[in-house]
Amino acid sequence: MADIALNNTNQSTRRIHPQVFALWVSFGSILMMFIALTSAYIVKQAAGNWLEFLIPVEFYFSTGIILLSSLTLHVSYSSFKNGNEAPYKLLLILSLILGSIFLVMQFRGWFTLFEGGIDLKGNPSGSFFYLITILHAAHIVGGIGAMIVAVLHAFTLKFKPTERRRIRFSLVLQYWHFVDILWIFLFAFLLFI
Amino acid sequence: MAEVKTLTHEEDILIEETGYDDHFHDHHHGDKYQSGFISNYIFSMDHKMIARQFLITGIFWAFIGAAMSIIFRLQLGFPESDFQWLKPILGKWIVVENGVGTLAPEFYYALVTMHGTILVFFVLTAGLSGTFSNLLIPLQLGARDMASPFLNMLSYWFFFLAGVVMFYSLFISTGPFSGGWTAYPPLSALPQASTGSGTGMTLWIVSLVLFVVSVLLGGINYVTTVLNLRTKGMTLWRMPLTIWAFFVTAILGILSFPVLASGFFMLTFDRALGTSFFLSEIFIEGQALERIGGSPVLYQHLFWFLGHPEVYIIILPAMGLVSEVLSVHARKPIFGYKAMVLSILAIGFLSFIVWAHHMFMSGVNPFISNFFVVFTLIIAVPSAVKVFNWITTIYGGNLRLNTPMLFAIGFVSMFISGGLTGIFLGNSAIDIQLHDTYFVVAHFHIVMGIAAFFGMFAGIYHWYPRMFGRFMNETLGKIHFWGTLVGAYAIFWPMHYIGMAGVPRRYYSFDTFDAFKHFGEMNQFITVAAIIVFALQVLFIVNFFYSIFKGKVQTTRNPWGATTLEWSSPIGGVHGNWEGKIPTVHRWAYDYNKDDREFVPQYIPMEEGEVAGEDVHV
Ligand code: HEM
Ligand SMILES: [Cu+2]
Repeated sequence: MADIALNNTNQSTRRIHPQVFALWVSFGSILMMFIALTSAYIVKQAAGNWLEFLIPVEFYFSTGIILLSSLTLHVSYSSFKNGNEAPYKLLLILSLILGSIFLVMQFRGWFTLFEGGIDLKGNPSGSFFYLITILHAAHIVGGIGAMIVAVLHAFTLKFKPTERRRIRFSLVLQYWHFVDILWIFLFAFLLFI
Repeated sequence: MAEVKTLTHEEDILIEETGYDDHFHDHHHGDKYQSGFISNYIFSMDHKMIARQFLITGIFWAFIGAAMSIIFRLQLGFPESDFQWLKPILGKWIVVENGVGTLAPEFYYALVTMHGTILVFFVLTAGLSGTFSNLLIPLQLGARDMASPFLNMLSYWFFFLAGVVMFYSLFISTGPFSGGWTAYPPLSALPQASTGSGTGMTLWIVSLVLFVVSVLLGGINYVTTVLNLRTKGMTLWRMPLTIWAFFVTAILGILSFPVLASGFFMLTFDRALGTSFFLSEIFIEGQALERIGGSPVLYQHLFWFLGHPEVYIIILPAMGLVSEVLSVHARKPIFGYKAMVLSILAIGFLSFIVWAHHMFMSGVNPFISNFFVVFTLIIAVPSAVKVFNWITTIYGGNLRLNTPMLFAIGFVSMFISGGLTGIFLGNSAIDIQLHDTYFVVAHFHIVMGIAAFFGMFAGIYHWYPRMFGRFMNETLGKIHFWGTLVGAYAIFWPMHYIGMAGVPRRYYSFDTFDAFKHFGEMNQFITVAAIIVFALQVLFIVNFFYSIFKGKVQTTRNPWGATTLEWSSPIGGVHGNWEGKIPTVHRWAYDYNKDDREFVPQYIPMEEGEVAGEDVHV
C-alpha cells in the first residue's frame, strides 16, 4: 500500500506523524462516545429510582492489572527503541497476558455482580454499569488485537528498530495507554458518582 | 529513478520552477499502483476516484429517496385516487378495496422515515461532504492524497455496506422502519410496537452504525490531512473556504456521531437484551409491559446532540462550495474572508449547545429551554454574517451567470428564506404552536434540504470538469436551475401556511379532522409541484451521465480562471495529483482582479513590492 503520509515528509506544516495524529483524533471520538453514556447516567440518576450497589472487588483488581500492563508495555517500547531485544519481547508478551487477564477479571466481575442480584434488565443503574463496562471491554479487545499483531511482528520479523516499526509500535502503545486511562476514568466515575 | 519528462503545460513548467520535490514519483514506478480495473475503479484508494464513488452512490440514493417522497405526496395530494398502477412497484403495500387501490398506512410511515434517513444521511452527508471533501481536500491543499488512502477507501465501503443493508430492509415482508428518521423510542425500542419496529428497525440500526463508522473514518482522515499534509506556504489562513468548511464539518462529525452511536447501543440493549434505558410504563394492546424506569427523553437528548450538529454537517460543506463558486464567477475576492472563517468556527461551536430546541415540546424544563432559546438565536448572528458577505461578494462583480453560479446564488436565497423561519421556531413560546407542524417541514426543507442541494449542484456543475474532464450541458443546467428554484418554493412556501394553521406533519390522512380538511387543494398543488421538480432532477441525472461520455471536452486546465490549486493539476487527474513537483503556495485563494491581473493562482510567487491580497481584503 502506498503510504502517502510517509511520502509527504519535510513539509513545512508537519510536526508529528500523521498516523499518530489520526489516532489522537480518534481518541476524541471514542471519548465522546463514553461522555455520552456518562452524561446519560448522570441525567438518569438525577431523575430518581436509582439503585445503589457496591462494585465487586474484581474490578479493583482489574484496575491494578491494566495499570501494570501499561507500564510493562511502555518499558517494552523503550527497550525496542534502545535496541534491547530480550526485554522488548518478554515485556510485550507479558503485556498481552496482562491485557487478557484484565478481560477475564471484567468477566468475573460481571458474574459476581449478576449473582449479587444486579442484572442487566433490572434497575437502570445496573444496566448502565454493564453497558459502560462492556463497551469499554470492546475497546480493550481492539487493543489486544493490536498487541497480537505486535507480537507476531516481534517474533516473525528480524529485530530491527526502524522508524517505520517504531511508529507502528508507538501507535499500539498510545492506544493501550488511552484505553487504560479511559478505564481509570470510568472506574472512578462508576465508583464515586 | 525519476523519469525525465518534457513538460509542455504552462502550469507544469511553473510548478517545476517554484514547487518543491517530495520525491514522490521515485517511489512509484509508473502506474503499478493503479493497474487493473478492480484497483482502479472499485477498491480504489485514489481520493479522486473515491470522491466519484461517493457522488454516484449519493445520486443513486437521492433518486430513491426523492421517488419515495413522490409516492407519499401522491397520497397526501390525492387521497381518494386509485393507486393500483403502483402495484407493480409497491406490491402488497397497495391495498385494493372495492376496486380502489390505496397506499397502506404502515407503508406511508415507512416511506416518510426512509425518505428522511436516506436524504439526511446518505445523500446530504455522505453524498455531499464525502464527495467534495475527498475531491478537494488533497487537491486544494497540494497533497498527493489523503493521510491514509486505505482508511479512506474503507470509509466509502462502510457507506456502501450501510446502503446495502438499508436497501435490503426496503424489501422485507414487514417493511422498513417506520417510526420517523429520528427513531424515537418507544416505536424504535420495542420490536412489537409497529410493523416496521421489528426487523425493519434492526436493519435500520445496523445500517446506521455502519454509516457512523464510515463518517468517522472519513472525518479522521480529513482532519489529519488538513492539519498535516498542506503544501509549503499553505498556512491555515490561506486555505480556501471550502477547506475550512470541510474541516469544521469533519470535526463536528467526529464529536457528534459517537454520541449517536451510544444512543444506538442503548437502543439495541433495550430492543434485544431487555434493558429499560428509554422505556417506562408502556401499554401495548392493553397490556402493561414490565419495562419501567427509563426515559424516552433521554434518547431525544442523545439523538439531537448529534442531530443538530448534523444539520450543520450538511450545510457547512454547501456553504464552503458556494463561497468558492461565488467568488470565482463574480471575479472578486470573497468579502470578509476572516469573518467567514470565524463564522464557520462560531457556527460549529454553537451547534453543540442548541440541541434542545428540538425538544421544547418534549417536557423539558422551561427554564432550561430559555438557555437553549438564547443560544439558538445567537446562531443567527454568524449565519447573517455569512449571508451578508456572500451578497457583498457578488455585489458589483463581473458576474458570469452560468449554472454553477446560478445555483450558488439560489443557495443564498434559500438559506435566507429558511433561516428566517428558524428564528421563529427558536422561540420556545412560538414553537408551542408550530412544533411538529408543516411549518417545521417547510423550515428545514428550505434551509437544509433545498439549500444543501443547491450548494451541491453548484459544486457538481463547477467541479464537473475536474472530476470527469468534460462539462455538463449548460442549457439543460439552466432549465434545471430555474425549474427547481421556482418549483421548490412552490412546494415549500404553502407548507408554512398549512403549518401555521396547525396541520401536523407525518399524518397519513386528514379525513377525520375537520380543521385540516380544507387544505386539500393546497396539498394537490404541492404534490403537482413536487412531481415537476422530481422530473427536473431526472433531467439533471440524465445530463450528468450523458456528459460523462458526451459532454463538451475540457481543453484547458483552468477553465474558470480560478486561483486554487486543483486547477493546476492535469486534466483527468493523475495518481499523486501532480506529475512532478508539488506546487507551493505564495498567496491566499482569492486574488481576483488584483493590480490589473484578472486572477492570480495561489502557486504564483509574489512580485516585488506586491501587497498580499489577504492584507488588503482581510
Ligand atoms: C437561524 C438558524 C436556525 C434556527 C434558529 C433554527 C431553529 C430550529 C428549531 C427551533 C427547530 C425545531 C422546530 C420544532 O421541531 O418544533 C428546527 C428544526 C429543524 N431545523 Fe432549524 N434552525 C436554524 C437553521 C437551520 C439550518 C441551517 C438547518 C440545516 C441546515 C436546520 C435544520 C433543521 C431541521 C432538519 C429541523 C427539523 C428536524 C426534525 O424535526 O425532523 N435549521 N430549527
Ligand atoms: Cu436544530
